[in-house]
Amino acid sequence: MTYPRDLRYTKDHEWIKAEDSRGRIGLTNYAQDQLGDIVFVELPEVGRELERGEVFGVVESVKAVSDCYSPASGKVVEVNEKLLDEPELINKDPHGEGWMIVIELSDPAELDQLMDAEAYEKHLEEQMQ
Amino acid sequence: MKVVEPLIFEMSAPGRQAHSLPECDVPARPLDELLPAGMLRESPANLPEVSEVDLVRHFTRLSQLNHGVDTGFYPLGSCTMKYNPKVNEWVARLEGFVDLHPYMPEELVQGALKLLYDMERYLCEIGGLARVSMQPAAGAHGEATGLLIIRAYHQHRGQGHRKKIIIPDSAHGTNPASTTMCGYRTVEVKSDERGGVDLKDLERTLDDEVAGLMLTNPNTLGLFDENIHVISKMVHEAGGLLYYDGANANAVLGISRPADCGFDVVHFNLHKTFGTPHGGGGPGSGPVGVIEELVPYLPVPLVEYDGSRYYLNYDLPHSIGRMRSFYGNFNVVVKAYAYIRALGPEGLRRVSEDAVLNANYLMAKLKEYYWLPYDRICKHEFVLSGKRQKDRYGVRTMDIAKRLLDFGYHPPTVYFPLIVDEALMIEPTETESKETLDGFIDAMIQIAREAEEEPEKLHQAPHRTPVGRLDEVRASRFPNLRYRREE
Repeated sequence: MTYPRDLRYTKDHEWIKAEDSRGRIGLTNYAQDQLGDIVFVELPEVGRELERGEVFGVVESVKAVSDCYSPASGKVVEVNEKLLDEPELINKDPHGEGWMIVIELSDPAELDQLMDAEAYEKHLEEQMQ
Repeated sequence: MKVVEPLIFEMSAPGRQAHSLPECDVPARPLDELLPAGMLRESPANLPEVSEVDLVRHFTRLSQLNHGVDTGFYPLGSCTMKYNPKVNEWVARLEGFVDLHPYMPEELVQGALKLLYDMERYLCEIGGLARVSMQPAAGAHGEATGLLIIRAYHQHRGQGHRKKIIIPDSAHGTNPASTTMCGYRTVEVKSDERGGVDLKDLERTLDDEVAGLMLTNPNTLGLFDENIHVISKMVHEAGGLLYYDGANANAVLGISRPADCGFDVVHFNLHKTFGTPHGGGGPGSGPVGVIEELVPYLPVPLVEYDGSRYYLNYDLPHSIGRMRSFYGNFNVVVKAYAYIRALGPEGLRRVSEDAVLNANYLMAKLKEYYWLPYDRICKHEFVLSGKRQKDRYGVRTMDIAKRLLDFGYHPPTVYFPLIVDEALMIEPTETESKETLDGFIDAMIQIAREAEEEPEKLHQAPHRTPVGRLDEVRASRFPNLRYRREE
């Protein structure tokens, strides 16, 4: 699996995509594969201020319940309400239709500190061993 | 052939009944004269109508579909599914115990109070503790009790600003849950490559906001943290307390005492370590003990002895208060008391020695066939990974667990602890014979071979159970909890 080049990645397996002053956030394909079938998603309220690294949501799969950490700081401006009825979108299309939230970035430069696709793929390889 | 038992509603036939009541000896009056209209049903309740023999057969057949320690091997890691000796049940059913009422005056329940008092002394000795409360109803309730004691201690010393509880990434999920319930914030500390607490990472988390650290030792990898004295020193120097999660105490009875390792608050699971039943056969019991300095904060009442009589002491001004109605799950304490008295100190030590021996025997036999991420002598349990089977043959741990059902075994704990990919956590307990262990080893080896040669068989397992592979996603998302009669 190759990871989209226009996304940035965290060690905790979230991705963020810069869209002007905003960032769209979701879980990576590796994360959804590890979690297994997702049955429930908890999302933050629009308007909530998130610190980088703060828990913004929870995903529950048949195996485990996991926190999701925000890759960057900012205010939540949109959440993917489709996931509440169709959490399986995260399994089916993790980098696309399975997005979770959009934030208004408080410091777009934070994204430069995250891994690009190449570095993330390397990180996964190391983790596999 | 697979036989699926129908629902009792589906067995219903109009007018059939399983009771024959005597003639009513008071004048009968219509319901609407006895109850206000708002309390009456508009349509009759949809209750099944069956005969007594059909009723008995139905529930007997359902009970035969159950798997329990009395029907087979149950190596469910971290749950200590040991055999529950029947003599404990006999003792707990003595009429002097079952005919008690919690409101009886102290003079009439001296025997029960003595049992609680003696049991407290035994647990104090096993844990190296000053006092123990029998109130908590089970393990997680014990955690909540212990954390409230820690909070009361800090508040009493003007340290109420301490809001952090440190928990290793290998911990049971109940630890962070209890922490949150008690108004604390959880800070995770990583495990090192040997499976213990990473001391460098621990150092990072320590500051004057730390209220305590919760540790299961041996941990969920079945490994005893050899750095426990260093950890204890570090946490105490930062002003925090050490909480012992007794989930894995079955490995250390008569060998190491939590308080001697630096723990300040300890809970025991009587339903794991001390041979009382789990789950539906329970309830549980999670006594909490403390070192001398924390005694003032224990729940009330404590059982005391004044040299001639036993009594309940409510006079603890700094107590966190009551954690449960009356005196805890008293009958469970009676069973655990019987267990401790039957085994004695040498017997309890042998429990742990045999539990550790059994686990190491299984581990040594299976590590050739399954990846063992932490390859060192284990305590009472160990964690294999199904990663080799997954990467090479596309067979996942869930498939292996489902296939084990075909052999008549309860599967090990799967996908926990979270720090092991495709985890299979195996705890045989001390009560299993070598023959039983060998049977399980043979099944696991056969499954490893099937993963290589016929992976499809594992994907579709189980094959010999009344129902095959269930759709867990659908069961979680669209649970069907209510019977509706077809119109």
